[in-house]
Amino acid sequence: MDKFTRFTGIVAPLDRANVDTDLIIPKQFLKSIKRTGFGPNLFDELRYLDEGQPGQDCSGRPLNSEFVLNQPRYQGAQILLTRRNFGCGSSREHAPWALTDYGFKSILAPSFADIFFNNCFKNGLLPVVLDEKIIDNLFAEVKAADGYALTVDLDRQRIIKPDGSEIAFDVDSFRKHCLLEGLDDIGLTLQDADAIKAYEAKRRQQAPWLFDAIH
Amino acid sequence: MTGKTLYDKLWDDHVVKQRDDGTALIYIDRQLLHEVTSPQAFEGLRLAGRKPWRIDANIATPDHNVPTTERSGPIADEVSRIQVQTLDDNCDEFGILEFKMQDSRQGIVHVMGPEQGATLPGMTIVCGDSHTATHGAFGALAHGIGTSEVEHVLATQCLIQKKMKNMLIQVNGELGPGVTAKDVVLAIIARIGTAGGTGYAIEFGGPVMESLSMEGRMTVCNMAIEAGARAGMVAVDDKTIDYFRGRPFAPRGEQWAQAVAYWRTLRSDPDARFDAVVELDGAEIKPQVSWGTSPEMVVAIDEPLPDPAAEADPVKAEGMRRAYEYMGLQPGITMGSVVPDRVFIGSCTNSRIEDLRAAAAVARGRKVSPNVKQAMVVPGSGLVKRQAEQEGLDQVFLAAGFEWREPGCSMCLAMNADRLGEGEHCASTSNRNFEGRQGYGGRTHLVSPAMAVAAAVAGRFVDVRDLDPLAQEV
Repeated sequence: MDKFTRFTGIVAPLDRANVDTDLIIPKQFLKSIKRTGFGPNLFDELRYLDEGQPGQDCSGRPLNSEFVLNQPRYQGAQILLTRRNFGCGSSREHAPWALTDYGFKSILAPSFADIFFNNCFKNGLLPVVLDEKIIDNLFAEVKAADGYALTVDLDRQRIIKPDGSEIAFDVDSFRKHCLLEGLDDIGLTLQDADAIKAYEAKRRQQAPWLFDAIH
Repeated sequence: MTGKTLYDKLWDDHVVKQRDDGTALIYIDRQLLHEVTSPQAFEGLRLAGRKPWRIDANIATPDHNVPTTERSGPIADEVSRIQVQTLDDNCDEFGILEFKMQDSRQGIVHVMGPEQGATLPGMTIVCGDSHTATHGAFGALAHGIGTSEVEHVLATQCLIQKKMKNMLIQVNGELGPGVTAKDVVLAIIARIGTAGGTGYAIEFGGPVMESLSMEGRMTVCNMAIEAGARAGMVAVDDKTIDYFRGRPFAPRGEQWAQAVAYWRTLRSDPDARFDAVVELDGAEIKPQVSWGTSPEMVVAIDEPLPDPAAEADPVKAEGMRRAYEYMGLQPGITMGSVVPDRVFIGSCTNSRIEDLRAAAAVARGRKVSPNVKQAMVVPGSGLVKRQAEQEGLDQVFLAAGFEWREPGCSMCLAMNADRLGEGEHCASTSNRNFEGRQGYGGRTHLVSPAMAVAAAVAGRFVDVRDLDPLAQEV
């Protein structure tokens, strides 16, 4: 995973609550056995006027011109501004894969669904929880100004607005560390291999039926 | 010292290491694998030159992509075929037990796990599927994870986690006739909302939960995620223990006695503290139907659909307006005026033998209405299918005009060929009514198996309790 660095990016407003992971990436694209290539099908059912198929070249498909990501002013957006409970539903990690493949680096919302929230951090995508009033204000500002961009500074835990004012946000210290350093957390966990083995030895004594039943 | 909740106990028993930053390394006893969310995890292992930490902690079966029609030949859809083949190849390469498509034990992972005794009380259970909460019905800590975590568990047998908060949902009283576990969980989601359980592990308790069979408890826990909670669970009792007697991977002999003694401790202490408590009266729950595009958009069958203009929260009201437009419905009507084009009985929520018995009891001696294009029953596993056939349920369904299919996830998410056409309404026993979930432009109405059959035979959504029993030719 690449290190997460401070960046400034165009904000795309997706004014909708309870955006589920089926909407982020529909099921037919989950048949892929790769982690990449999902970007063209991000929000497929909102973005195009026809039904998408896996492996299809999307460049000739009819676009829904009303959808936010199809509007010229939001091209190249790296920050998605949205409403509460973003990423609910299916645990598919294809959702953050599609968002990052498209080019998003951060999502701002009043709340996120648990599994999606967790999946983001595994893929260098920063979900930021902000107060609903702040989100409301950001929606108003983004819609009012063409090319509206925000700076995301994870190290300082600040969103910096075009006028220089700052919005502080919380992030779990372990997850922040992993994002900033681009760490593979499997490698980190394996540093505790001895503790895992010790736990297993103890558990095998207490609950032997949990071991070797399936083979 | 206050007592512990069931979740506290399960958590404490699996802490490998508590870290200073508030996270903990949690040991995972069982991982269930299927074809959709595992290929990239296996590929990750290979690229890093890693091996699975513990082969015997894993069990696999393909379910999302498999056809539910005759399946002696290869899968017709090439992309699906490659994905299922990839699971087969990965399991063969790493030595992981898999029930392949032609195996009679193949089925939806969340049906197969308990059925085999691969799910047991007191376990931590994960799967790259959000409906893993199902297994919490057995007093286990079970939740869905993403593919990176599937790889993490394969490589380390652990997850890095932060403890969730405790919520108790207490369902008091008793259910009326014709009201089922599915109606209970839909009523719960309608009450607390799709984000009501976010950040919590939910324990479902109270007399109604105690009265439910293990299968009913699985239905309730299955949809914890639709209430926002990754994990739902129910305390262990005699029903839980009886369920596992003689299951293939359940302990035997001396280990059985030892296990049972431990399992009996898996309930919240009387003085346990919950961060949130929600109470419902079971007697007030009527058969439920979802009308919108979120599982919280649910009404009782006789209730008029809600008016967005009366909704104080503007974000919610906007969601309702969007849902009405997508569903082609209007506020103020009742679901009795809606015609289901298709009826689907199946999914990890409602495809177990008890669900099929409940559905067959309504279907017996009745016929699918001619205005319903298709009504299908998809058993949760090959073993459920066989059991149903031994009981003659397949003949009941076929005589009524239902299709009797092979096991899999099927039209719950339409990854295989089973799907809705654009604009079609479906009475579905599945768990999600999201836009496009059951097919591009499809319109899902979540109901219990009995209510799905009632809709099929009446040709519109009706209260199963209002069907004329005399019209049933027995």
